[in-house]
Amino acid sequence: MESIAAKLAMLQDQVARVLALAKKRGASAAEAGAHLDEGLSVSARLGEAESIEYHRDQKLAITVYMGQRKGSASTSDLSPTSLEETVEAACAIARFANEDRYAGLPDPEKLAWEPPDLDLYHPWEIDPDQALERAIECEAEALQFDPQIVNSEGATLTSHHGIRVLGNTHGFLHGYPASRHSLSCVVVGRRGEEMQRDHWYTVARDSKELESPACCGRKAAERTIARLGARPLNTRTCPVIYAAEVATSLIGHFLAAIRGGNLYRQASFLLDSLERQVFPEFVHIHEEPHLRKGLGSAPYDSEGVATYPHDLVQNGKVKSYILGTYSARKLGLVTTGNAGGVHNVLVDPGPLDFQDLIREMGTGLVVTELIGHGVNLVTGDYSRGAVGFWVENGEIQHPVEEITIAANLKKMFHELLAIGRDVDRRGNIQTGSIWLSNMTVAGSPLKH
Amino acid sequence: MTEALSLARRILLEPYGLEFSHLDQVLGRILTTPVDLADIYLQFSRFESWVLEDGIVKEGAHSLEQGFGVRAVCGDKTGFAYSDVIEFAALMEAASKARAIARHATSAREAIAASASPRQLYPYVDPLQSLSAEDKVDLLCRLDKIARQSDPRVEQVIVSLAGSFEVILIVTQDGALQADVRPLVRLNVNVIMTHRGRREQGSAGGGGRTDYQFFLENQRAEGYVAEAVHQAQVNLEAAPAPAGTLTVVLGSGWPGVLLHEAIGHGLEGDFNRKGTSAFSGRIGEKVASSLCTVVDDGTLPGQRGSLNLDDEGTPTQRTVLIEGGILKNYMQDRMNAHLMGTLSTGNGRRESYAYPPLPRMTNTYLLPGEYSPEEIIASVDKGLYAKNFGGGQVDITSGKFVFSACEAYWIENGRIAYPVKGATLIGNGPEVLTRVSMVGNDLCLDPGVGTCGKEGQSVPVGVGQPTLRVDGLTVGGTLT
Repeated sequence: MESIAAKLAMLQDQVARVLALAKKRGASAAEAGAHLDEGLSVSARLGEAESIEYHRDQKLAITVYMGQRKGSASTSDLSPTSLEETVEAACAIARFANEDRYAGLPDPEKLAWEPPDLDLYHPWEIDPDQALERAIECEAEALQFDPQIVNSEGATLTSHHGIRVLGNTHGFLHGYPASRHSLSCVVVGRRGEEMQRDHWYTVARDSKELESPACCGRKAAERTIARLGARPLNTRTCPVIYAAEVATSLIGHFLAAIRGGNLYRQASFLLDSLERQVFPEFVHIHEEPHLRKGLGSAPYDSEGVATYPHDLVQNGKVKSYILGTYSARKLGLVTTGNAGGVHNVLVDPGPLDFQDLIREMGTGLVVTELIGHGVNLVTGDYSRGAVGFWVENGEIQHPVEEITIAANLKKMFHELLAIGRDVDRRGNIQTGSIWLSNMTVAGSPLKH
Repeated sequence: MTEALSLARRILLEPYGLEFSHLDQVLGRILTTPVDLADIYLQFSRFESWVLEDGIVKEGAHSLEQGFGVRAVCGDKTGFAYSDVIEFAALMEAASKARAIARHATSAREAIAASASPRQLYPYVDPLQSLSAEDKVDLLCRLDKIARQSDPRVEQVIVSLAGSFEVILIVTQDGALQADVRPLVRLNVNVIMTHRGRREQGSAGGGGRTDYQFFLENQRAEGYVAEAVHQAQVNLEAAPAPAGTLTVVLGSGWPGVLLHEAIGHGLEGDFNRKGTSAFSGRIGEKVASSLCTVVDDGTLPGQRGSLNLDDEGTPTQRTVLIEGGILKNYMQDRMNAHLMGTLSTGNGRRESYAYPPLPRMTNTYLLPGEYSPEEIIASVDKGLYAKNFGGGQVDITSGKFVFSACEAYWIENGRIAYPVKGATLIGNGPEVLTRVSMVGNDLCLDPGVGTCGKEGQSVPVGVGQPTLRVDGLTVGGTLT
């Protein structure tokens, strides 16, 4: 097998080559990125192998500038002919696009000329048989957890590693390897006519940091069993706790609303929110792009701009938007190293754990799953399908389904009551459970 | 040799020094083990998009993708390997990896041969070449102007034009060799309007398996602009939506996404073979009011969800899912059909060579009834008229599904009273169609905008329905 260093050198070479080609074809500036990912995905269902998949993906993408005109192209075929064709396709687009005075590469002084090593590469020497063994163990734990677990969608183990290279005509050319491994399990429970499924997963850069297969399977089973006996609620207004694993979506909506692209398009309910009080005083949110082994960690953004730790929300006030070079220029601001997205957004945990939050709330709804796309970023109007539990006297009474929860995000953020210390650390956005004041719950008085 | 097959040979094999005989050898490598199914899928795709915002065409993107996937299936076990490097050695290596799922002995096989070409539902054209770059840019700029001129409150206009050209070549374990050439275009208009401190958006679009000329015919592109502007205008006046269980009138066309979520996914073969769907084991049972007949039809010419043959080489067909309220059929790919002792319904689809096929929908719609839309609205005392929708989602095991309205009105005494804000509607799949009490005579398919996601794979689909009255659906507004 080729060494990772050799692959890195090969991709860097390709990127340098297309940048030179673009120059030769008359581009005034260009940026190119390439990646090569390889991996394995193995699934087991009802105690036996269900699928073994081998993955291998490569892609090279280039953006060229002809003065203030921009064009992009990409290819999965890295042969010299395809690379030529791709550069030409990008140039052809740039020749016909309109002039945009904000278009262009980042300023050179913003680039990560000496990117830090964030320890993101931990390949896992696991063969399909060993991977299967773990998936089977995970699912077995779920299947034997309770006699009401009657079926399974299986357990899946994936292991991926790859290299990412980025270069531009300022002379920037860097790359780094990274890995990602995960184990997930979905099981089905039955009580009478009712069937419910739920899942759990664990994910890490380093396989040693994954939860054990048994632990993952047990959580999937526990969650599925807890959902049996679900019924709708009558329509009402009540407080709502978003369990940590779905609270991340609320923070995601906030991030989308302060993203430069949505701001300059006027497509956000948080226009002109810099230094404004969006959350209560106790809320602090910051970005930490350089966490070692972090799932969202990156030394530079998708334009090569150096990432850096900074506050997004302090004492409930917005301290920074999420900007790449283009959106920053459109807004008359400076890039925050967020072209392509955020890197480890952390919400400071509060003092209460999940059970404390439920007890404090007394009466209300706990949400553990959301479905549908009913979020309007332009207005902040929010209405989604929800699954969870009804709480009375500070204790969970029964599971709930077939309801929607609705409010406006502006109000939801403003009237946020508490953040738990039960942080879900499995993603790029990490928060504890979030307790909100009143939302409208729509349900059905019929049957069940 | 068919036109599609010779094109596929020229694009997918010749540049890499490959012949059909090489594919025969690769198939031979897989079939050194006994498998129930095997296939080799080669794909070339070229995609482009152009985007206008702030009144200028800021950028365009072009992508080239090609590669192959090799699959071997033994019972309910699948071995799969893919690569974006089309070469003989890589194909042979993938064949060895895929067949490792089956571990013993050998099976008999036949040499590969071109098989008969099915009917042709769309032209073998490369839509990217159907309009010059200048004309693409001009079209977007013209639509921007029309939008801004139609209402001074229009603040932002985003128009995107996208086209793709795909050539696929499939070899199956019986030696059948088939090809397809698949054009697909899409135009979308999004506007944001501000009035008295309120800001709302509207969006509309369409497309199909054709070329860009489609948008220039019958003022189609202008129609999308008018629709997007109208939607934003309506939303600027909208009152908060009600919360609770109401009588709901669903509009025709794209609101058929209700069927896709509530019924369609639950009738896909894989979930039913595994017994994890709320519809499992219910063939022959009444799952809808007798007014409802629902079909999945991949054979409609030019539609976004149509295919000459599915991604396993099976010709697409019209499958009756529900007839007069009775559940008739599931949608099958080859593996799940084989395991359930039936035949593929031509619903085996994959996002690309990099994913194994799954049972997926094509164009799913409900057949028309006898009432005019006006009669249906007039029949409602108090309720919601949900004229158009965004997207939806379903939990196939519990059967609960949602979809979100983006244009809705309050009905009072049989008349449309005033617009209300978009809200999510939630229901139970096996139950919702039992509450259909009136079916309109205005069946239409969506304009060609649907993309369906399942297990991380996106495929273009179509939906459709006539205006429907549903007696009792939970509406997730804020007004109690």
